[in-house]
This record gives sequence, structure tokens and C-alpha cells, in this order.
Amino acid sequence: MSTSVSDAPAAPPEPSAPAASRPPAGRGPGRAREWATRAPLLPALIFLIAVTQLPFVATLFISLFDWNSLNPDARSFSGLANYGEVFTDADLRDSVFTTMLLTASVVIVSVVLGLLLALLLNQRFKGRGLVRTLLITPFLLVPVSAALLWKHVLYNPEYGLLNGGWAWFTGLFGVETPTQPDWISDMPLLAVEAALVWQWTPFMMLILLAGLQSRPLDMMEAARLDGANAWQMFAFLTLPHLRRYLELGVLLGSIYIVQNFDAVFTITAGGLGTANLPYTIYQTFYQAHEYGLASAAGVVVVIGTIVIATFALRVVSSLFSEEASRA
Amino acid sequence: MSTLSAPKTAGAPGKGSTTDGNRDSYGDAARRERRRSTALGLLAWVVGVVFCFPALWMFLTSLHSESDAATNPPSLTAPLTFDNYSGFFGADGGASPWPPLINSVTASLFSTLFVLVLALPAAYALSIKPVRKWTDVMFFFLSTKMLPVVAGLLPVYLFAKNVGMLDNIWLLVILYTSMNLPIAVWMMQSFLADVPVSIIEAAQVDGARLPTVLMRVVAPVAAPGIAATALICFIFSWNELLFARVLTGVTAQTAPVFLTGFVTSQGLFLAQLCAASVVVSLPVLAAGFAAQDKLVQGLSLGAVK
Repeated sequence: MSTSVSDAPAAPPEPSAPAASRPPAGRGPGRAREWATRAPLLPALIFLIAVTQLPFVATLFISLFDWNSLNPDARSFSGLANYGEVFTDADLRDSVFTTMLLTASVVIVSVVLGLLLALLLNQRFKGRGLVRTLLITPFLLVPVSAALLWKHVLYNPEYGLLNGGWAWFTGLFGVETPTQPDWISDMPLLAVEAALVWQWTPFMMLILLAGLQSRPLDMMEAARLDGANAWQMFAFLTLPHLRRYLELGVLLGSIYIVQNFDAVFTITAGGLGTANLPYTIYQTFYQAHEYGLASAAGVVVVIGTIVIATFALRVVSSLFSEEASRA
Repeated sequence: MSTLSAPKTAGAPGKGSTTDGNRDSYGDAARRERRRSTALGLLAWVVGVVFCFPALWMFLTSLHSESDAATNPPSLTAPLTFDNYSGFFGADGGASPWPPLINSVTASLFSTLFVLVLALPAAYALSIKPVRKWTDVMFFFLSTKMLPVVAGLLPVYLFAKNVGMLDNIWLLVILYTSMNLPIAVWMMQSFLADVPVSIIEAAQVDGARLPTVLMRVVAPVAAPGIAATALICFIFSWNELLFARVLTGVTAQTAPVFLTGFVTSQGLFLAQLCAASVVVSLPVLAAGFAAQDKLVQGLSLGAVK
């Protein structure tokens, strides 16, 4: 195999336009060479299929069974009954809606905030690097740490920073007993969302900042000389240029946040109507031992993600073909 | 806004390089612009500090005594102490944090190492000597990332239970490797595409075989990219909670799992919790600050350059 690798200079593939390079058709040396180029790919491919695809196939299979591990003798084939239960069981159906609500609100708010921060950070000012470092810190905290920080340090009704800060502020005006909400029980979903928005805004900011910095400067300059004002330049040049980056941020954010487990698990433990699908699945199988039902819910998450991912792949592939055609 | 990004090019007409003849007209504009830029800079600083404040507050609280940490309104001027950190590592009345930290280091380092070993040849096959339909293969890698982990959790759990690998850190190593492999392949593909083909061909003419080419020629040239890839894989493995929570128990517990259990086993000691959170986040913060630029590229799977 390696001998055919070493005679590769006979047909040097262009890395900038690799899709065009095709090994000669036919049998014999061409086929051997093709296998030689494939060989380095195989370990990663085989490993990935074994560790990620096979379990999913098993999940698909288990989802067709009525299987509670506490009652293993009663395991029986139940067809699509588990799927029916996912959509009719009130708790499971609620967690489907919670997942959608949580994902959509966190993604939208963090993209908007991320865009504002990116525009601000795209300016030149003293200590810009330091401000950027401050801004991305929330994203770099271990998710569990961030969730614990929100739950105990910020939201705590007795000595949390939110109520404490508020009491200090009203104290300045002579109000000794201000309202002190119990954030997590009063507005549980909002509490989880706020923590997630805080964590994900920096991610959106970084992607959009990369987009802003790749704007063609000459075009901006030309528009400015033609008398375009700041708003016009933003609406007609910057925003269209950022479209791809916005889409990418939305879609990657969705894929990560649909799967969120850490914040829900830590802040509310899924209580008070904040259980999203990953948390519910975790509970259904780990605590209720309903293997069939948990698997069906898992398959539903996958279908939901595939819908998002189909769009994501289209976006990424357009970015990708841009890169491939470059130079 | 963009009027301000223009002065990047030093000596652009009308910016900084005003000639004597038109100093007045340009001087006004420049002054206005300077004022605006100062104001925006100030705004950015305020926003940055406010946004980061919860994290800064956590750090400050970790340096306070428990009684100072639990005051309302919060105390800014309380004396600082490292007692919470020594208390955390000394494990006042609780489990020692060392085994979970060591487990996290093991899982993160080894999975990162395995990812690099698998991803480097794969990226080579996808960029330098691309296989046919290489974009399809790239998308396959990406699509595995879009399969929510929770959908494969149960079979993995059952498998681990049957072969006796529950509460075994090497199971996490394998899973984290598969979790990070697609990202690593995507990142490395874009980094390796920048390696000049001529030097690879020169090595092959000299009779070097694939492993030699990868280790001696490709890896050194793409080293910064490979380092960034490794950092991101490390961060993801270090942060992971769901697998670790379900598949480990006592001996293979990782730092995030330890952190979630820390509150319940210790009761709520706010200052010590903050110290624990800082300790567990520190490796990721360090890695993240070191690789800010590469971070976004890696997280967006190489799509944003």
C-alpha cells in the first residue's frame, strides 16, 4: 500500500480544489491507490461508527419494547406504543415543549446580545483584548460551575447577589425591606434561561466578531465615501455579510442547547416545569428504569435535532464550498 | 461604527496623517471621532465588567470567610482569605477532591491524545490527499456530532453494565474520544489544508512513508492548529457531565460530578462552593484564554476562519 502512496506525485491532487482530483478509473493500480488514500481515514471512521452509530441503532431497537428493568420478565414487543406515550404522557409532552421553548428563547436572546457585544467589541479602544477576555469568561466556566454560581451565588433568596444587590440599592433610598423574590421558585424557566443566555452570549459574540472582521474593508470604505450613514452601512452591508455567521450561530447554538443537561440538572433538577427532554430521558431511564420509553424519547430528540441539523448542514456546506472555491 | 474601524490602516487619507493644509477641517472630525471612540470604549468596559461580574463575584466570594460570604447585602470590604481553598483540598468533613480531579485529568488527557492519533491521519486523507467525495465524509463526521448523546446513553449504559465497565474511567475515555473526534477532524482538515503540498511530496520522493510524513512533516507545520484542536477537545471532555453522571459512581467520578455532589454532601457553604467552582474551572479558563481565537473556529467546526 505504502508503495503506491509514494508514487503519488505522478498525480498530485490540489488541496485547494480537492473535489476535482479523481484517481484514474479502472482496476489494478488505480484501485490500490484509492485504498491507500482511504486507509488513513478508516480507523477514525470505524471507531466513530462503532461508538456513536451502533448505540443509536440499539436505542431505536429498544424503543420498540415495553421494558422496565425493575420488571425484566415482562419485557415485550410493543411496536410504536412508546412513541404514542411520548406524545400523550403529559410530563413527556411538556418536556418536548419546554425543550423547544428553552432552546428558542436562549438562542434568540443570546444571538441578539452577542451581535450587540460583537459590534461594540469591533470598535477600537484601549484594552479591547482585556474586555474580550472578560466577555468570554462566562463561556469558559465549566457548565456545572456556572449553573451552581447562578443557583447559589446569584439566585439565593437570602444572600444571593441579585437580592443582596437590590437591597443595597434600595437601601440607598431609605427602603429597608424591598421585595426579595425567590428567583428559582418564582420564575424557574426564566432562571434557567438567564443562566444559559449568560453562558452562550459570548459564543455568539465570538462567531459574529469573526464575521465582522472578515468584512471587505474596501467596500465599507467605498460606501462611506458615497455618503452612506452608519445605519445604512449596517443594514445594507454589515447585516447581509453577517447572515451566514448569524445562521451558523443560531444552528450550532440550537444543537448544543437542545442537548443541555447541566443547567437543568443543577439549577432546578428538572422541577417546576423546567425538565427538558435530555433531563427527562435521563430520569426516565436512570430513576424510573423505563428503558423502552426513554429510548423512544431519545429517538424523538434525534428526529428534532435532524430537522435542525438539515438546515445546519446546508448552511455549513455553503460556507464550506466557499472555502473550497477560494484561491 | 465602521467609520471607526477604518483607521486600522495607518495613514489612510484624512486619518491621523492630516497635512498642514487641511488641518482645521480634518482636526474637527478627528476630535469628534476620538471623543466618540473614547465613549464607546468606556461603554465596552462597563458592559464587559457587568457581564463578567457574576464570575468575578464568585472569585471574590471564594476569598471570603463563610460568614462574610453569606451577608445580605453582600460585603465588598470583608478581609480576604485562602481558607476555602485549603479547606477544599483538605476536604473539611467531605470527600477529597483529588480523585475526581485526577479522573478528569485522565479522561481529558487520554481522550485528547486518542482523538489526535485518530484525527490526524483522517484529516490527512481529507485534505492533503483527499479521498473521493471527501465533503460527504466530512459531513458524515459532522452528522455524528448532531446525534444527541442522550439518544445513545442507555445502550452504552447496558453495554458497560454487562461487560463490567461501569464506574471505569476508561469507558469515559472511549466515549469522550468519540465525542470530540468529529470536531477534531473538521478543525484539522482546515489546518492541514494550509500545509504546502510541495514539502509533503518532497518527503515522499525521499521515500518517507505515511506515519513518517505525518509526524515529521505535517505535524510540525500544522502544530499551532493541532494544539488548538487539542485544547478544545480537552475543554469539552473536562466539562462533560451527563455521561460521567450516569456511567461513573465512586471511583471514576469526574470533577463536574463531584461538584454537583459537593453541595449536597457539604450542605451549602457558599464560599467553599465558590472556591471549588473556581478550582474546577481553572484548567478550562487557562486553556480558553490561551486559545481565544482558535476557540471560535473550533466550536464552529472549522466553518469560520
